[in-house]
Amino acid sequence: MTAILPAKSIADRLTTLFWRKPKLLLALLITPPLLWLGVIYLGSLAALLLQSFYSIDEFSGMVVREFTLKTYGELLRPQNYDIILRTLTMSAAVTIGSVILAFPIAYYAARYAKGRWKAVFYLGIMLPLWSSYLVKVYAWKLILAKEGILTWAVTQTHTNFLLDAALALPGIGGNSLSTSYIGMFLVFTYVWLPFMILPMQAALERVPTSMLEASQDLGATSSQTFRTVIVPLALPGIIAGSIFTFSLTMGDYIIPQIVGNSANFIGMAVYQLQGTAGNTPLAAAFAVIPIVIMLIYLSLAKRAGAFDAL
Amino acid sequence: MPAAVEFRSVSRHFGPASAPIKAVDGVDLTIAEGAFFAMLGPSGSGKTTCLRLISGFESPTAGEICIFGQNVSNTPPHLRNVNTVFQDYALFPHMNVRDNVAYGLMVKGMGRAQRYAKAEEMLALVHLDAYGSRKPGQLSGGQRQRVALARALVNEPKVLLLDEPLGALDLKLREAMQDELKSLQQRLGITFVFVTHDQHEALSMADSLAVFNDGKIAQIGTPAEIYAQPKTRFVADFVGSSNVLPPALTQSLGGPAKWSSLRPETLHIDPAGALSGIVTSLRYLGSGHRVAITTQGQDIAAILPSGTALPEPGQEIRLGFPPEALHVMVDP
Amino acid sequence: MRSDPNAAPLSLKIAAIGGLLFLHLPILLIFLYAFTTEERTYAFPPPGLTLKWFAAAWERPDVWQALSLSLQVAFAATALAMILGTLISAAMAQARFFGREQISLLIILPIALPGVITGMSLRSAFGLMDIPFSTLTIILGHATFCIVIVYNNAVARFRRLSGGVLEASADLGANAFQTFWHILLPNLGTALLAGGMLAFALSFDEVIVTTFTAGQQATLPIWMLEELIRPRQRPVTNVVAMVVFAATFFPILLAYYLTRNGSETAGSGK
Repeated sequence: MTAILPAKSIADRLTTLFWRKPKLLLALLITPPLLWLGVIYLGSLAALLLQSFYSIDEFSGMVVREFTLKTYGELLRPQNYDIILRTLTMSAAVTIGSVILAFPIAYYAARYAKGRWKAVFYLGIMLPLWSSYLVKVYAWKLILAKEGILTWAVTQTHTNFLLDAALALPGIGGNSLSTSYIGMFLVFTYVWLPFMILPMQAALERVPTSMLEASQDLGATSSQTFRTVIVPLALPGIIAGSIFTFSLTMGDYIIPQIVGNSANFIGMAVYQLQGTAGNTPLAAAFAVIPIVIMLIYLSLAKRAGAFDAL
Repeated sequence: MPAAVEFRSVSRHFGPASAPIKAVDGVDLTIAEGAFFAMLGPSGSGKTTCLRLISGFESPTAGEICIFGQNVSNTPPHLRNVNTVFQDYALFPHMNVRDNVAYGLMVKGMGRAQRYAKAEEMLALVHLDAYGSRKPGQLSGGQRQRVALARALVNEPKVLLLDEPLGALDLKLREAMQDELKSLQQRLGITFVFVTHDQHEALSMADSLAVFNDGKIAQIGTPAEIYAQPKTRFVADFVGSSNVLPPALTQSLGGPAKWSSLRPETLHIDPAGALSGIVTSLRYLGSGHRVAITTQGQDIAAILPSGTALPEPGQEIRLGFPPEALHVMVDP
Repeated sequence: MRSDPNAAPLSLKIAAIGGLLFLHLPILLIFLYAFTTEERTYAFPPPGLTLKWFAAAWERPDVWQALSLSLQVAFAATALAMILGTLISAAMAQARFFGREQISLLIILPIALPGVITGMSLRSAFGLMDIPFSTLTIILGHATFCIVIVYNNAVARFRRLSGGVLEASADLGANAFQTFWHILLPNLGTALLAGGMLAFALSFDEVIVTTFTAGQQATLPIWMLEELIRPRQRPVTNVVAMVVFAATFFPILLAYYLTRNGSETAGSGK
């Protein structure tokens, strides 16, 4: 037998070729997905940008395919400007609400849950994260309905006054929960909460228990340990989670449509403008806003080291 | 008869051509058929890259590599008739031991009954007859090592490459495996090339070895040659932690004005000895004591057998050595 | 200060378990409502329980049509995403190369940006190129954001699979295709399957991008959305919601069991 075995098949020959030119194999692997993402996704984003520089002929309602900044100018109209501001406020509120609700779950899961409970928590977070978005929203429509379970519950416990007080709040209150900002906030927070918990938990899991013990050993009280050790270490996870909660709230148009007081949001504006109104350029210009905001957000988050927690 | 492995001015550079990292730099090497050859060196010295050049996982930037006289520089790993025992064993986690061992035969197209028979034969060779149905995860480190060995040998390679084969084992197991590898190699007559950073392992197992430093071979020879006659300060220092003496000290001991080496175990306490100095430390080694003295600003270590009357730290003593123990080095 | 550092404070325990309940109880409500006898409102507690809505849903041709379209789209998008996602994770796991960072950003982008952008972008592109909406346009959109799901699962497994076993296979004489078939695929299989399950769940349930790419066609989520906005027969919607939930629930559960020894699915995001 010799030191070199004969190449018996085409597969052997191809393997030899890949071995001689490793870049060739890499190119073969990466070309199809890159073409897909490059052409379909980036191409579409480019089309979106292009559309946003077109305008609509006010008389005929036809899209004028000529470069103009007029459409972007329209964004600054008071009613459009309001939409942007309202969306950002809601996104920020949902993000903060998620952080507060997520923290105990993430902290407990990361620090105290062991063995079977660890699995329960993991699955308990994963299932709602992946399970049907629309069904979750629908469930809340059932909950918040005037004749629904929430009203029933407050009647049974004689806590109507609390609900009434909340609904009487100026600005965010309303006729019923299902037609108020409070209700919308609740649904948003519910739907995106798991996206906050997971990265937060991942960040907290990297905090060694010995570090917390060291802090207590050095005489810090529980709240001092929390403020000076746990929160700073969880911060990258919080920021990573906020990328999701903020971005997802900003782009959503289903929830404001189903729950809420028919106040407009960016996602809804995009949807309505391209659909019934037929103003694709303005819809495109509206869609560019979340892109710009998210790109700024992502670059800030990257600087804060949030990507390690993803 | 051609050599089992031959390197002809082989280089392997990484990174940009303008500022390459020279992992292997102009190595010439001949390994005789049937040899148990060791490549010894610290990490990053190029020994593992040399092994990977033989197996084909690296390609030379320059030079050629021949196996049994055939230039393999253009042959991919799967067509080279050499096999490797990997450092972390790289057993296939989803296959049982028998399938692991029979893998090389399976991909060659050998029938199931025949390849399993051969696999069992190989497992018997490494004393794992009863373990065929286990998964690698159910084996101890030493057992995995044997499976890796059986898996590599089943193909009847012309050269077996071993990458730090005993590195992950504890001391006792390592010594047992050293004996076993040695006897296996003698029985099979296959050329073994193994990489190690452990000089004891290299000296005790190999019948010839190459000491690597900075991508180059510092010295090739038999273990006895390398141990007794190191060519460079690096070899003297790396193999057996010798005392390396600067030219002035060599001269004062009666040698030429060149660097020399003096093995610690050749030194003994001698009131008429040529070396005098203050004892700086004393350490118990089990089989003897290690005494360090300072002379002319140079630390010299001596290993004294048990039963020798020991000096106190701070005491001035004289050490002597047989004249042939002072080895003058050729290279600086 | 706590006396036992290994026991959670009661308040934390309550908050954590309360949070989990908050995440799960609302979904259970759907199951209850699928059996209610009340047809016009969401009255709680339901005045009575019945199985008749399952029969009513069974006889609705529009539900069947939507279900069949959703399944077609989910299978096609998952298959495409599995091929493309596996290819790109193999490439990304293989080596460092120029542009690697940019490519990883490109893969993540379809889920990092809100779905409305993906949807609106695709719609703009179809509009500019005069491509009519069809099942194909829906699949196109779904496959794009499903790639990252498969990629996330596969690339984590690639990283865990020590490069040594691939080299060992070649060393023992296997060519690239034999190594792929005998070593890579068996080790990657469960991660790929899990990625496929999640991609299926995601596609089956997707509504935001779909509204922009579906035209007049209705997938099951779109059908549901229309019912939510303009309810016709509420209990039938409840039954469909249950079906949609189940169709996503089981693949997710399966994906979890396939990958529970690793951490592939953690934090991968939608």
